[in-house]
Amino acid sequence: MRVPLSWLAELVDLAPAARGADVAQSLVSVGLEEEALHGGDITGPIVVGRVLTVEEQIQRNGKPIRFCAVDVGDHGQRLTDGIAQQIVCGATNFDVGDLVVVVLPGAVLPGGFMISARKTYGRMSNGMICAEDELGLGEDHSGIIVLSRYLGQSAAAALTPGDDAIELLGLGGEVLELSVTPDRGYCFSMRGIAREYWHSQGSPAGAFRDPGIVPDNPPANLNGYAVHLTDGTMIDGVRGCDRYVARIVHGIDPNAPSPSWVQSRLTQAGMRPISLAVDVTNYVMLLVGQPLHAFDLDTLSGSITVRRARPDERLTTLDGVERVLHPDDLLITDGGKIPLALAGVMGGATSEVTETTTNVLIEAAHFDPVSVARTSRRHRLVSEASKRFERGVDPRVADDAAHLAVDLLVRYGGGTVDAGATDVDLTTSRAAYPLDVTLPGRLVGVDYPRARVLDILRQLGCTVDDPGLGDTVTVLPPTWRPDLVDGPDFAEEVARIDGYDRIPSVLPTPSDGRGLTHGQSVRRIVADALVGRGFTEVLTYPFVADDFADTLGMPPEDPRRSAIRLANPLSDNAPLMRTSVLDTLVDALRRNVSRGQRDLAMFELGLVTRPSPGSSHTAPVPGVSRRPAEATIASIDAAVPAQPRHLALALAGDAELAGWWGPGRAAAWSDALDAVQAVAAALSVPVTVEATEQAPWHPGRCARISLVDGTLVGHAGELHPAVLTRLGLPARVCAAEIDVDVITAASAEPVRLAAFSTQPVALTDVALTVQESVTAAAMQACLAQAAGPLAESVVLFDVYRGEQLEAGQKSLAFRLAFRAPDRTLTTEEVSRLRDGAVAAAAERFGAAQR
Amino acid sequence: MSGPRPPSLPVDGSALEPRALDAAVHAALTAFAEAGDFEGLKAARLAHLDKGPVAQARREIGALAAEAKAEAGKRVGEAMDAVRAAYLGRVEALEAERDARILIEEGVDVTVPTGRRPLGARHPVELTMQRLTDVFVAMGWEVAEGPEVESEWMNFDALNIGKDHPARQMQDTFFVDPPDGGLVLRTHTSPVQIRSMLTRTPPIYVVAPGKVFRTDDLDATHTPVFHQIEALAIDTGLTMAHLRGAIDHFVRAMFGDVKTRVRASYFPFTEPSMETDFQCFVCRGADDSCRMCGGSGWIELGGSGMVNRKLLIATGIDPDIYSGFAFGFGIERALQLRNGVGDMRDIVEGDVRFSGQFGMAV
Ligand SMILES: [Zn+2]
Repeated sequence: MRVPLSWLAELVDLAPAARGADVAQSLVSVGLEEEALHGGDITGPIVVGRVLTVEEQIQRNGKPIRFCAVDVGDHGQRLTDGIAQQIVCGATNFDVGDLVVVVLPGAVLPGGFMISARKTYGRMSNGMICAEDELGLGEDHSGIIVLSRYLGQSAAAALTPGDDAIELLGLGGEVLELSVTPDRGYCFSMRGIAREYWHSQGSPAGAFRDPGIVPDNPPANLNGYAVHLTDGTMIDGVRGCDRYVARIVHGIDPNAPSPSWVQSRLTQAGMRPISLAVDVTNYVMLLVGQPLHAFDLDTLSGSITVRRARPDERLTTLDGVERVLHPDDLLITDGGKIPLALAGVMGGATSEVTETTTNVLIEAAHFDPVSVARTSRRHRLVSEASKRFERGVDPRVADDAAHLAVDLLVRYGGGTVDAGATDVDLTTSRAAYPLDVTLPGRLVGVDYPRARVLDILRQLGCTVDDPGLGDTVTVLPPTWRPDLVDGPDFAEEVARIDGYDRIPSVLPTPSDGRGLTHGQSVRRIVADALVGRGFTEVLTYPFVADDFADTLGMPPEDPRRSAIRLANPLSDNAPLMRTSVLDTLVDALRRNVSRGQRDLAMFELGLVTRPSPGSSHTAPVPGVSRRPAEATIASIDAAVPAQPRHLALALAGDAELAGWWGPGRAAAWSDALDAVQAVAAALSVPVTVEATEQAPWHPGRCARISLVDGTLVGHAGELHPAVLTRLGLPARVCAAEIDVDVITAASAEPVRLAAFSTQPVALTDVALTVQESVTAAAMQACLAQAAGPLAESVVLFDVYRGEQLEAGQKSLAFRLAFRAPDRTLTTEEVSRLRDGAVAAAAERFGAAQR
Repeated sequence: MSGPRPPSLPVDGSALEPRALDAAVHAALTAFAEAGDFEGLKAARLAHLDKGPVAQARREIGALAAEAKAEAGKRVGEAMDAVRAAYLGRVEALEAERDARILIEEGVDVTVPTGRRPLGARHPVELTMQRLTDVFVAMGWEVAEGPEVESEWMNFDALNIGKDHPARQMQDTFFVDPPDGGLVLRTHTSPVQIRSMLTRTPPIYVVAPGKVFRTDDLDATHTPVFHQIEALAIDTGLTMAHLRGAIDHFVRAMFGDVKTRVRASYFPFTEPSMETDFQCFVCRGADDSCRMCGGSGWIELGGSGMVNRKLLIATGIDPDIYSGFAFGFGIERALQLRNGVGDMRDIVEGDVRFSGQFGMAV
C-alpha cells in the first residue's frame, strides 16, 4: 500500500512538522511495516518537453541510441533563442511531437542522483528523458514516459513544454510504502491508514476525518437498476455476494479528463491514470477500500444477476485472456445469461468502459473473501480488487463509496445522476463478543486498568456494552474489522494501541528439563567421532532422480526402490525422496571432485524416507475444532512414511596424504569399514562383520555390519566399479551407510564395565595356513573360543600369500594374549591353551601351523 | 689389560716429597683438562689416576717409619681426592658436551607441513543448531523433533493455516504425490509444536531445530531446503512478557548484549503476534553506513506470538487454563549474520572447503 503523505494529511492531523520518516515510525509502532519511503528527495528542474527531432544510430553493441532535440520552454537551451535542448536517449518508444518528461541538469532524482550535462555516445546530453522507475513512479523501465499515453490524450493536450512535471506527476511529495498483514484488510485504504496513524497519536478527538462517512448520500430506493443475488453453491455456507449497490450516471463527456489532483494521487499511489470513469473508481477504492467496478451501461441488456459459473462457461477478462470458468467462480452476469465479470476479481471485455462510454453503472458490492481468494488463485489473477476482497472489505461502506464515485463523475464528467439507487443488502450484523476485560492483561503481561481497555476498544470503533458488574463486557467490533473474533484478538489490539514497547521482558523458568535425549546425544557423538577421524560433514538435498536405483545398481526387488514421489518437484530430474543418504552424498562427492579436490572423506547425517510397500500413505485431514480422536491421530502417524536417520560416508583419493614423508595411502574399503567401527566403538556398541553383496558396493568388497543379535546396522566397502562409472566418480571410491536409529537403540543402556586383570600378560603368536575361503573373522572366532576365557585377545596381525604356499591358500598370523585374573600363567599353561586353539582351527578349517 | 707397563719406579720415597706430589697433582689436573674426548680422558686416567706418581706415592707410604705414616697418608689422600675429583668433573663435562651435541644433531625443521591425515569438520548449519539448542537446554528446555515428510494436518490445519491460505498452494509447498494424499514436505518446524502438544502434558518447554522445505529455486538468497529453530512454551500464566524474556535471552546468547524492540504483527498460529528486531551487534546504531544493518541500527529477528487458542483446542489443551508462546529463527540467517556467509549456495553444495573452515566451532 502506497500512502501519499499529502493525502494522508487531509484525513488525519499529522504531528507538527512530521516528515515521511516520522509518520512511518508512528505507523510501525501500531504494527504496520515500512517497505520504503519514496519522494521528498526529488528537486527540479523536471519539466514537460516536446520532442522536435530524432536522429537514431545503431551502436556497436547493436542497440539503438537516439540523439534528440527537445523543446523545454523557458528552461536550459531555449527554442526561442534558436536552440533546442540536445538530449541523448536509449529508449525508442516515442516519436517526434510526443510530450515527454525531461530532467534538466541540476535536478536530483530519487536516491540522490544528481543530473548534469555530460558527453555520452560522443555528444553532449543536456539532461535525460525519463522512464517511470527513474522518477520513483513504479518499476517500469521498458521505455520512457510518453505523456499522452501516461496521462491520456485529453490531459496531455492541456500541457505546454516547460510545464513543471514535479507538480504534474506528484513527484514532490513523500510517499510511504507499507506492507499490510493479511488480517488487516482495512489498511488497504487511506481511510484505514489514517485511522491507524490517529491511533498512533493517542486517538485525539476530532483529529481523524473518516472519509467512509458520506453525509449527503441519499437513501437507496426501488427505482434503481435491477439486481438479483443468487448463489447455488455457497462455500462453507457463506453467500458469494451479500451486498450489491448499483448507481447510474448518464451523459458523461467521454473526453473529460480526470482532475489533475486525482491523477497525481493515483500516480503517487502507484496506479496509472486511464480515464475519468476508471480513475474515479480507483481513487475511491484507494480512499475507502471499497473496490468499485464501472460498466458501460449501454452494453447491458438485462438485470445484474450474481451467480456461480456454469460448467465450461467462458469469460474474456479485461486483460484479454479468455478464461474457462469453474463452478465455484462467482460471476456478475447480464440477465443471468452473459458473464460480465469475475466477481471481485476482474471485469470482462464486453462491458468495459471505453473512450466512447457516456452512460455508466457503478458497482459497489461485498463479496465472500474465500470465494474471491479461490477464484483469484484458480485463475492466477491478482487485482487491486481481489487483494482487498480476500482480506475483507467493510460491508457497510459500499453505498458511501458508490456515492463518492457518482459525485466525482457528475462533477468532472458533466454527467447526470440517476435518481434510482439500488442496494440489495443481505448482510447481517455480527454477534457481540463477551470479553473478559482482564484477559488482555493476563495474556500480554501488562497491568491494563479496566478503563484503559474499554477506552482503547472504543477508539478502535468497537461498540462496548459495559454492565459495570463483573469482568465481562460485550464488544461489537466495527464492520471494517472482520478479524476481531476471539479474546486474544482484542488483547492484541489493546497491546498494540497501548504500545508493544510497554511489554516487559521476563525470562520464564521451566523446572523439569531432562537435557538432550539419548538419540540427540548419539548424533553428536557419531558426528564428532567421524570428524576426529578426518571426515567433513556436508548437507545435501534429499531429492533423487527417477532412475537413481538403476544408477546404483539395485536389483529389481530391492526395497530401497520404493521411494516417495513429489507431486511438484523443483526439477523433473529429481522427483523422488532419497531412501539412503548415500544416494545424494555421491552428488556432493562428485561436485568436490569436479572442483579439484582429490582426497576426500565426507559424511552426512540425515533422514531418509522409507515408505512401506503397499501403504497408500494417505493421511486423514480432520477438523480442528477439537483434538482429533486417538485413532485419527494414529492413522495420520501411520500415513507418514518411516523416516529413519541414516549416516552415509564416502572416501576418495588418499586416506593418508602424500607429503615430504613419502607417498600417501589410497583410501580403501577398510577405511570405510573402520569409520563405521569407530562410530560403533564411540558408542560402545559391539558389532560383527561379514561379507555380503549389496548395491551399490563392489560384490567382493562389501561388509555387512550387524549388532551381535544379527540386527542390520549397515554396509561398508568399496563401491561397484560400474556404479562409479555411471555416477562419473573416480575409481575405488569407498563408502558406508548405517542406520543411526539402530545403533541409538543398541546404545541406550548404560555401558557395563567388564573386569580386567592386572596380572602379567603372556603373548604367543601362531601362523595358520588355510584355504582362501576361510574368513579372518571365522578363524578369529574359532581360535578365541577354543583358547578359552584366559585368552584376553586374539588379533590377526598378518596375512601372507605367496610362493611358500600352494595356490588358493593363505597364511593368517594371530597374536594371542593370555592373562589370568588372579595369577601369573606358566609357560606350560600358555602353550597348552595355544595348542588347543590351533587344534580346534585344524579340525574346523584344516588349518596347518606354519 | 695389555700394553707396555710404565717402568716401575723404585720405592725410594721420592714420590712422597711434597713438591713432587704437588707436581704430580698438577700434572694430573692438566692432563684431565686437556683430554678432549672420552678416549683421551681414559688415557689420562691410566697415567695419572690408576697409575702414575700419586699412586706410586701411596705405595711408598708403607715403607715409611710408623711415625711418619700418618702425616704422609694425609697428604697423599688429599692429593688422590683432588685428582679423582678432577677426573670425575671432566667426565661429567664431556658427557654434558656429548648430550648437548646429540640434541643439536637431532634437531628438525618444524616448519614442514605435518598433516598426514585429512582434517575433519562439521557443517556450520548443524553446529549453529547445536549451539542454539544448548542455549535452551541450559535453561531447562527440551529438544523436540518431527518428520520431514509431514501430514498436511500437522503442517497446516492444526496450525490454523486453512485450506485457502496462500502457503498451501502448489507454488510454495512440496506436495507428496498424489497431491490430495494429505502429505507434504514440512514448510516450517511448526508441526513439531503440534506434535509436542499432542504427545506432551503441560508444562511444555521445547525447542525444535530442523530441516524445512519450500519450492524456491536455489540462488544466492534462496534455497528450497533450509533450517529453522523454533521454541514453544505452554504453561499456566505465560504472557507476552515471558515471550520477550525468552527472545531477549536467545538474542543475547547469539549476538551479545544487545537490546530488542517489538511491534505487532500477524501469523495464523499466534494471537497476539509480534515481530522482533534486535540492535545491530556491529554498530549498535552508531554507523549510518553499517553493512550489517543497512544503517538502521536494527536487525530483524523474526515472528513470534502467543500460541493461538485454536492450536490449543486442536491439540486438546484447555485454553482457559494454559497459555503459551512460540518463536522461530532461521539458521541460515544466523550464519549470514554471525559468520558472514553471503551465498546460500555455499551452504547447500557440499563443498568440503566450506565446512572445513569451521572445524568444530561456529
Ligand atoms: Zn549496524
